[in-house]
Amino acid sequence: MSNAALDPRERKGIIRDGLGVGIATGTYGISFGAVAVGAGLSVAQTCALSLLMFTGASQFALVGVLAAGGTPLSGALTALLLGTRNTLYGLRLAPLLDWSGARRVAAAHLVIDESTAMSVTRPSTPAARVGFLTTGITIFVLWNVATLIGALGGRALGDPRTYGLDAAVGAAFLALLWPRLRDRRNRATALAAAAVALGLVPFTAAGVPVLASAGVALLIGALWPGRDKTEWPEVDR
Amino acid sequence: MIWWAVLAAGVACYLLKLAGLSVPARVLEHPLIERIADLIPVALLAALVAVQVFASGTALVVDARAVGLGAAVLLLLARAPFLVVVFGAAVVAAVVRLV
Repeated sequence: MSNAALDPRERKGIIRDGLGVGIATGTYGISFGAVAVGAGLSVAQTCALSLLMFTGASQFALVGVLAAGGTPLSGALTALLLGTRNTLYGLRLAPLLDWSGARRVAAAHLVIDESTAMSVTRPSTPAARVGFLTTGITIFVLWNVATLIGALGGRALGDPRTYGLDAAVGAAFLALLWPRLRDRRNRATALAAAAVALGLVPFTAAGVPVLASAGVALLIGALWPGRDKTEWPEVDR
Repeated sequence: MIWWAVLAAGVACYLLKLAGLSVPARVLEHPLIERIADLIPVALLAALVAVQVFASGTALVVDARAVGLGAAVLLLLARAPFLVVVFGAAVVAAVVRLV
């Protein structure tokens, strides 16, 4: 790995790419804000989620489970299970970003799909850091501003069902899942997990079907070896 | 109770990120663990789609949300951006409820 100073042109290119992805991703915080308020969270709770949790799929999961009548505990557990993928991103990023101490503690908050995708392919530590910080900071700022706008807008709208916002949550999950469905094993996992969850809906408390579907990942992961080409977080949304 | 879930899950999600940057890579460097960890989001997101769209309490129903999901599929096939997919599905579901 080369650690030579970054060529100014290369640096500019990485910053431009990071800003592009950051702006595209950050703005969809609007949908999160609107959906979360529709699910019954207060504006403050919605904004606290974006500030503290700051990982989109987990945030949507928490409010989705709550909206479906699940307990806060099952919502939190689902969010956590989805958040485990950020641990894997961190493992790959650690040697590349090469930060320690306070910088690492601060950088950890920015470890999400997009910042990982925009830095993990870079050839050197300086290039990876520029990609990671540009993408991560842009998204953090925009995501939180957009969440507030969406939450205030959602509150002004009133009953979310009138505007189909309850249908928006399913669409958001599908859009997050979509890039991964190009892989055959992922498609099988997704179909089986959806079937298990729907099968459990009549017999279990809300929130349980989704948590139980993680068992499908355990089973298929244990029985079906091989690599997944779509494993890297998708940037192009 | 919701505040408790928001704060606890928020802090825990941060710690999961920090753990990845902090623990030695070999701790989780097992193909089976990597594969399962990689499949968990796929399973959970698919289950969330299913429950979000077809569950109503403990009943399974096909209503305006399913039509909204159909619209989302078409928009995704047309490579529409995230916000267009999400709000497109909402608009379609709202229109179905009106008619």
